[in-house]
Amino acid sequence: MLTANQIMEINRIIQIGRLLLDEHDRYSYSFDASFGTYLPDAVVQTKHVEELAKLVKFANQEGIPIYPRGQSTSLSGGPLPVQGGIVIDLSVMNDILDIDEEDLVAVVSPGVLTSAIHKAAEEKGLMYPPDPSSSHVSTIGGNMAENSGGPRGLKYGVTKDYVIGLEVITPEGEIIQTGGRTVKNVTGYDLTKLIVGSEGTLGIITKAILRLIPKPPATATLMAIFSNLVDAGRAISNILSSGILPSKMELMDQASIIAVENYQPMGLPRDAEAIILLELDGHPLALQDEIIQAEQLCYVVGASQVKIPKNDMEKEEIWRARKLVSPAIVRIKPTKISEDATVPRSKIPEMCERLQEIKRRYQVHLVLFGHAGDGNLHPNIICDKSDPEEMERVEKAVAEIFTAAVELGGTLSGEHGIGNMKAPFMEMELGAVGLDMMKRIKKAWDPNNIMNPGKIFPEPGQKLELK
Amino acid sequence: MNETMEQLRQEFQYDKTNQCVQCGYCLPVCPTYRSMGKETHSPRGRINLVKMVGEGRITDLSVLEEPLNLCLGCRACETACPTGVEYGSILESARAALVKRKSFSFPVRLVRKTMFKKVFPSKNVMNFTGHAFWLYEKTGVQKLMRKSKLLHKLPHHLGEFEAIMPKAASPKQRAHSYSYVKAKGERKYTVAFFTGCIMDAMFYKINDLSIRLLAEVGCDVYVVGKQTCCGALHAHSGEIDDARELAKRNIIAFEEIEADYIVNNAGGCGAMLYEYAHLLKDEPEWKERASVFSAKSKDISQILISCGGVSDLKRKENERVTYQRSCHMTNVQKVTAEPVQLLKGIPGIQFVEMQEANMCCGSAGIYNMVNYDESMKILDEKMKHMKETKATVIITTNPGCLLQMKVGIERENLSSSVKALHLIEYLADAAGIK
Repeated sequence: MLTANQIMEINRIIQIGRLLLDEHDRYSYSFDASFGTYLPDAVVQTKHVEELAKLVKFANQEGIPIYPRGQSTSLSGGPLPVQGGIVIDLSVMNDILDIDEEDLVAVVSPGVLTSAIHKAAEEKGLMYPPDPSSSHVSTIGGNMAENSGGPRGLKYGVTKDYVIGLEVITPEGEIIQTGGRTVKNVTGYDLTKLIVGSEGTLGIITKAILRLIPKPPATATLMAIFSNLVDAGRAISNILSSGILPSKMELMDQASIIAVENYQPMGLPRDAEAIILLELDGHPLALQDEIIQAEQLCYVVGASQVKIPKNDMEKEEIWRARKLVSPAIVRIKPTKISEDATVPRSKIPEMCERLQEIKRRYQVHLVLFGHAGDGNLHPNIICDKSDPEEMERVEKAVAEIFTAAVELGGTLSGEHGIGNMKAPFMEMELGAVGLDMMKRIKKAWDPNNIMNPGKIFPEPGQKLELK
Repeated sequence: MNETMEQLRQEFQYDKTNQCVQCGYCLPVCPTYRSMGKETHSPRGRINLVKMVGEGRITDLSVLEEPLNLCLGCRACETACPTGVEYGSILESARAALVKRKSFSFPVRLVRKTMFKKVFPSKNVMNFTGHAFWLYEKTGVQKLMRKSKLLHKLPHHLGEFEAIMPKAASPKQRAHSYSYVKAKGERKYTVAFFTGCIMDAMFYKINDLSIRLLAEVGCDVYVVGKQTCCGALHAHSGEIDDARELAKRNIIAFEEIEADYIVNNAGGCGAMLYEYAHLLKDEPEWKERASVFSAKSKDISQILISCGGVSDLKRKENERVTYQRSCHMTNVQKVTAEPVQLLKGIPGIQFVEMQEANMCCGSAGIYNMVNYDESMKILDEKMKHMKETKATVIITTNPGCLLQMKVGIERENLSSSVKALHLIEYLADAAGIK
């Protein structure tokens, strides 16, 4: 709890922004799109970087936890104020969005929506490739903190591949600049890359320089239907080793197909075990060849049907099927545990099999869809959090999904982040020493552990809790 | 768990809040989240507050009042929601649960009771109000009031709203109200016209034009005498029992006529009529009748289109037209294409969409009077986009929106170059119906 004196001091510091202390406001900043409700003591909104730096300095002196937050679309608990303290709502810091066509960069404030960057870049014939499915809601600051990905990761990489410079408030309240406006920059440690993906545990990003690329002139889409999930896995590997690099490669398993058909029937075959959706981008003439090549590759491994849309409307219809998966599956049961364990591409078929086995063993409603091309499958478990017996099985299934991914040479999280939920599994992937090296970095940056405490690093004895 | 907790959960529809996965997709489309800039005034935030009540974490229910009262109820969040959360239903029951527990001060209680129980539902009183508007205009009281600057002293900024009052119909005109108008030419449908309380009192002329347009395109039009207010204002203010009562009265009234459709011209009322089925779903003896009523209830634009549109429209030169959608028509009735199709059918006009055309204008029933400052912030944003279109005509499909657009035009000092009209006024004019 904040003392009366501390509140008075915070009030004195926050002159331009506002301090929210009412119960209804505090509860409104107590959640994200993952699990749990944690009531902060205060919420601060300010556009003013120096003012915010002063606040951080004060919090550091007093040992008050600071929780940076974008628009709280996080699926891993990144912005949850698990130890109370102050939530910093950075969605209000959204004034700067400059596209520099000559340097091929965008300079942005952290509260700018990712989709606004897409739009601004496209208006100048450029592209900012990372496109998490929440990009019309999520802020670029949140994307950077969690190092978000999205379907285009396969060809274009993820957020960190496009962040080349930052302005950051350190946990001790200093303002620093990292990187700059050049793609090449090897001056000292790459603090930019360290901050991106650090989930707000090493500082608050207050400005960023993003790399842009020319926007490909055309796209082509393909939908392939498989009666066998393993065949679909082989089709993915075959296409990827044929020299074609799709901009998107998405998978839907039978459970997702059926869920979509039950929700909004669009004529997908319920007996199919998998559907692959492919998008290629590039020069229109090149695409004409590549899309036919991809079609043949799908047929070779036993696709029962391949559809290539002829116009934009048909194209949209095909992608609608994929978009409907998320809303469709929550119609089954209200709670959705969205995982993002990721494996090397070659292990996709094996991971699919392991997941089916986990689904059987724990009798959970597991739905598989996601970015197949980069091994970032999204096993989603659909359950009801008010049923403790079921949630216990779900907890075990989730733990096994992590184990399977790590055993196959993959990772706990491809794009959602660790937050508080996955923290207990960190050592399994990193080893005791690997995890300790990370802790030492945290300790050096944030000696008083005020910046997003309770995240990434497990507390002693911490377990996955979904009940 | 004790019984009161269970009761609270039921009353607040806690179960429905669990449909929300807190993805935040509603944030960018929520006018109040954008204008007030905090999660407390977002759909996700409000749903979470209700959820906190259901989980026993919030025990002081007054904590919910401001966030729920400041919701416009535009329901754009429902259209944006990927998981189908019934926000409108949660909001309605939460407001009702709050109202039930709240002890209003005597004057507030009196005003609420008078307005909800006596004024809106009563044809006579609303008629009287219509007459009073006319008298106010004709007797010179209006001129006097305007001159005296007394209007600025009225509470709830009523003065500003006074300035944009539509021209009132005289008692003589009102007395000449229809009960039946025969279709011109071959009859395509038999329709019953829903007059609405505010529409009837303040926009009598638009109702009159609507009926004649319907006849023009081939509808036999009946105006049922015993119909009453749709109950939307009641339901939105937490007076859910009153809303149910009015719904039943309307169902009975309209069952007297075997109409193919029940036609209205007010997006907000239309949405309420469309939702009678939902409103009465727990009353076995009404459920079926309400469903029949709701299925028949249509916006006038839908009927005009299904009759093949309005033909022989005269050319309108040099008019740039934009359309401010009624939120309840878009998000509840899901009627979006027809009004635009009708507008585009008028020869000579240039139709321009404004940016964020689906954003609420801030009118929202009586929101603009009760929450004036917040409403004006939302309106000013709307007018910014409106000005970008350089439109000379703003078309609306709901009385509240129409008045709000008129307020907007006054605020921007555009009254010499821009006018706000109901779609029906504009169409009727093009069709030569005066």
